[in-house]
Amino acid sequence: MSHHENWPKAWRSPEPKKRYDAVIVGGGGHGLASAYYLAKEHGMTNIAVLEKGWLGGGNTGRNTTIVRSNYLWDEAAHLYEKSVKLWEGLSQELNYNVMFSQRGVYSLGHTLQDMRDIERRVNANRLNGVDSVVVSTEELSKRIPYLNTSADARYPILGASFQARGGTARHDAVAWGFARAADALGVDIIQNCEVTAIRRDQGRVTGLDTAKGYIETPKVGVVVAGNSSVLAEMAGLRLPLESHPLQAYVSEPIKPVLDTVVMSNAVHGYISQSDKGDLVIGAGIDRYNGYGQRGSYSVIEHTMEAILEMFPVFSRVRMNRQWGGIVDTCPDACPLISKTDVEGLYFNCGWGTGGFKATPGSGWVFAHTLANDQPHELNAAFAINRFISGALIDEHGAAGVAH
Amino acid sequence: MLLINCPYCGYRDESEFHYEGEAHIVRPSDPDALSDAEWGDYLFFRTNPKGWHKELWLHSAGCRQYFNAERNTVTYKFKSTYKIGESAPSGEAS
Repeated sequence: MSHHENWPKAWRSPEPKKRYDAVIVGGGGHGLASAYYLAKEHGMTNIAVLEKGWLGGGNTGRNTTIVRSNYLWDEAAHLYEKSVKLWEGLSQELNYNVMFSQRGVYSLGHTLQDMRDIERRVNANRLNGVDSVVVSTEELSKRIPYLNTSADARYPILGASFQARGGTARHDAVAWGFARAADALGVDIIQNCEVTAIRRDQGRVTGLDTAKGYIETPKVGVVVAGNSSVLAEMAGLRLPLESHPLQAYVSEPIKPVLDTVVMSNAVHGYISQSDKGDLVIGAGIDRYNGYGQRGSYSVIEHTMEAILEMFPVFSRVRMNRQWGGIVDTCPDACPLISKTDVEGLYFNCGWGTGGFKATPGSGWVFAHTLANDQPHELNAAFAINRFISGALIDEHGAAGVAH
Repeated sequence: MLLINCPYCGYRDESEFHYEGEAHIVRPSDPDALSDAEWGDYLFFRTNPKGWHKELWLHSAGCRQYFNAERNTVTYKFKSTYKIGESAPSGEAS
């Protein structure tokens, strides 16, 4: 024992080589997972992850850590369910405790139409092998004692959907776990290395100009969330994305009071309690485009109103911290995991407000797409050209507020 | 809270306004003549710049007029607001 000194480094941080077989741009959860599965599942170990700041310093470190797979349409349900299955073995897989806690996720209904949508979605989930049940208000009042299930509430709760296998995970640990495991397989993880240009020749990617010099590579996977449009422009591409601030909040730590995740599309907020005791809260995006990693006060007020509608008991809890991330939203609330018109250039983006839950599955299918130059059947429907063909996957209902 | 200068009402709180996305997107005059890619671009693809952006705003809880604005998406600072049909005061191409 050395009193928490002399810890070994979790990854090497080498200087970049002159050439790699593939480069992942973006060292968040999705990028690191992509690199890990490229090395592990596809044997591509001469690869690098380039991160402009520090690992997990973007949306990976800014989200509210909710995991679930109860999406309506087949394509989305299969993709997110693949991810939940990977979550279930992830701590063992990475030999790193990602603190995946299947504490369940409730999605409340406040109107008859909410309940019809919930029943439809629950049935669709079950047909797709995703665990999901409808829970009555009476049952909710037993399971979540502080939830205001009174019929006198301004927006009375009529029931909920419940996914028992959903829950939360430790966001930083996910980035660090994937980074350490990828590094152990030979992946070079390079921080403070911003990409400034994507070099091309006759419609093919040839390399990247970076803060640490030119790096030659035939394959580039861009996984940069809110900055995806900026990277796309470097390659002369346009994406169906808009970047918005999404704020999140934690309260001062309090004793255990909420042992699950509760979200409501109608009053528009969601809440869980971390193992440290702080209430972890989120709601909707700021409506204007923004890259500023901060939002407006009016959204904070709106969020707190929603939380107090569900949990009046929290009215005197003080908020401790508030921050924003930049989310890249797609018109159909589903991601882009896709080849592009530039050969060797791939994008994994558009996860909008709910990408954290998909971290391992996103990396898994993106690695397949890069390694084989064609999508896996799980992400074939998530190509950019669905916005040309019109084959959208409208998940605004299941994406809801939440995540 | 942003303070937004409505060209009709003057400065008002952000909460009176609704953001309507990228400005100066012109509906194609003959949609049937477009390819799927051109129509898809009109409907779904956006410039999404990091920096100065031309945007459509609606003074939804005020005069209910649409207007355009030049705003920086990193600092969130407004450079100008101007009425529909006018060009941006900065004179840059839209």
